[in-house]
Amino acid sequence: MTLVLFLEQTLNGLQQGVMLFLMAAGLTLVFGIMHLINLAHGSLYMVGAYVTATVTLASGNFAVGVLAGMAAAGVAGMVVELLALRRLYTRDHLDQVLATFGVILTFNELTKIIWGPQALFLSTPAWLSGTVEIIPGAPYPAYRLFIIVVGLLVGAVLRHLIINTRLGMLIRAGATHREMVGAMGVNIDRLFTIVFGVGAMLAGLAGAISGPMLATEVGMGEKILILTFVVIIIGGIGSVRGALVGAILVGVVDTYGRAFLPTIMRSFFEPSVADSVGASMSSMTIYVLMAMVLIWRPRGLFQAYGGT
Amino acid sequence: MKHFQALAAAATLSCVMAAPLHAADAVKIGMITTLSGGGASLGVDIRDGFTLALKQKGGKLGGVTTELNIVDDARKVENAKQIATRMIKQDDVDVVTGIVWSNLAMAVVPSVTRAGKIYISPNAGPSALAGKNCNANYFNVAWQNDNLHEAMGQYVTDKGFKNVYLMAPNYPAGKDALAGFKRYFKGNVAAEVYTKLGQVDYAAEIANLRAAKPDAVFFFLPGGMGINFVKQYAQAGLTKDVPLFGPAFSFDEGILKAVGAAAVGTFNTSQYSHDLDNAANKAFASAFVAAYGRKPSLYASQGYDAAMLLDSAIAKVHGNVKNADAFRAALKAADFTSVRGAFKFGPNQHPVQDIYVREVVKDGAGVTNKLVGKVFANHGDAYAADCKM
Repeated sequence: MTLVLFLEQTLNGLQQGVMLFLMAAGLTLVFGIMHLINLAHGSLYMVGAYVTATVTLASGNFAVGVLAGMAAAGVAGMVVELLALRRLYTRDHLDQVLATFGVILTFNELTKIIWGPQALFLSTPAWLSGTVEIIPGAPYPAYRLFIIVVGLLVGAVLRHLIINTRLGMLIRAGATHREMVGAMGVNIDRLFTIVFGVGAMLAGLAGAISGPMLATEVGMGEKILILTFVVIIIGGIGSVRGALVGAILVGVVDTYGRAFLPTIMRSFFEPSVADSVGASMSSMTIYVLMAMVLIWRPRGLFQAYGGT
Repeated sequence: MKHFQALAAAATLSCVMAAPLHAADAVKIGMITTLSGGGASLGVDIRDGFTLALKQKGGKLGGVTTELNIVDDARKVENAKQIATRMIKQDDVDVVTGIVWSNLAMAVVPSVTRAGKIYISPNAGPSALAGKNCNANYFNVAWQNDNLHEAMGQYVTDKGFKNVYLMAPNYPAGKDALAGFKRYFKGNVAAEVYTKLGQVDYAAEIANLRAAKPDAVFFFLPGGMGINFVKQYAQAGLTKDVPLFGPAFSFDEGILKAVGAAAVGTFNTSQYSHDLDNAANKAFASAFVAAYGRKPSLYASQGYDAAMLLDSAIAKVHGNVKNADAFRAALKAADFTSVRGAFKFGPNQHPVQDIYVREVVKDGAGVTNKLVGKVFANHGDAYAADCKM
């Protein structure tokens, strides 16, 4: 294993991490502040990806497509919140799981009715195709660097939003003292709809920028959803900072596991055994990580806003 | 009210009485296939190929009115089993067909054949059903699972590649794929990498692959996994230096539409290609494009061939499919013109056929497969010898 390969895999881990962060940021806000388990978060990711692919194809402009995808996911999220999820805030978590699972099925079938069962095509925009030799000797896809930059930018914007703005203050207050905020004359329902919309838009953004790299297909959201839940559990439910740290941790650990475990196993076992043992063990690494974090800090790495 | 009830009862009774009369002269076919969820495009292709043939025959396979009942299994084993039970016990179908996935086939086929029904596989060909556990009621009109991988092993060897990197998902069909490839590949295996089933991001694997410096890559990643991998491989700028080889499952027309130019310059093996030069295929391919507005994939051809095989056998027994021995013999004769060209059944009732290699090329607006050569002629499978029928 060379240093170049190690650095390249670190970049890969970081890239996977920021992608997870975009998903986790919205989910953790909804989970932590509204106490709602939203399994349908992945569906919003899918909406973002499909609308982006369609609009990019029609307009020929990737940036326009991404904006449209984000807007569509945001609107879809708010509509779902108004129509269905609003009734679930006071119900217990099992009811929420059942209802939002129903939302997943609805979105998947609707997507298939509108776009058909075949995966959509979206090419890498010309200005992001090709590779950059950011580490000498390891040409790195420009598109993955773009994702890292977008993810870190979103992280910075969210931090500003939550710490320095009135909306952020209401979000923090709403999480810990919901009734009090209501008593002060703030429309909690509207606040929740906005928070949900912001989360949905971020999921839409993740879906939108996944298009040139991943298959835009029905059910794509469920694949990323499980990892997203791992991230918010590791990071601490409700904490955006925790989501960022947790996402990057999960991304890096998962990447290292897949990249290096089979090689390490080869020094213990026969190559044929090592390959399959390594493959099986690498798919467990993030869950081992989660278990270890939970033993050390049962409520995750960061607690949201003084803890509730 | 009383009057109405009596009328309703009479109507129901006449329906009940009419049903068996009708069934006596019709052939009932149950199709269990994947029409929703991930991988639906495969089932849709099989269904469309099959129904195209049925339409061309005026709704009568072998000159006999054919009742085709298509049910979606959503790629779930439980669903497939339940549907099969209903078709066997309640609907009393004569033939079952349609299953896309090997794990579903393994759960359903034995119960179908045990019940004395015929199963025609238009896709899955797991090794477990080709060898010791072969069955007189089971016919595979597509391929044995290993076939396309074996052909690629041979092709990569013929092209002089010495050091090949192998990749497949970590599940039985993935391991079979690499075993099939290695059966005919004579060079050195640079590494054998098993990825998570359903994995979406291959950055870590691609970085390792680059560092290993192989001459070529053989991969089996069906469906969305293949779309992801090929796109990311092209983004890493590797397609030109380290060519990609794989079975047709990662390069069907649906996948190519989603991958686009990133797949150009890759090679894949298939028993079928829409540009195969024979009269039956030319007629089929143009009829398929006219009916559905897309090029037929290998799955569509398999669905079509399944129907044409049934057509030939039903005609041979003059619609008397209840005569099991005669019907089986008629099926085994495979007296139909396959759109893939030469076709016959081996001793285990799996195909003996030619296998081709195709290159992915630009074609006007999109990309498509182009036939470049034949790898195997009259190729059977490695399990036929174990089949005692």
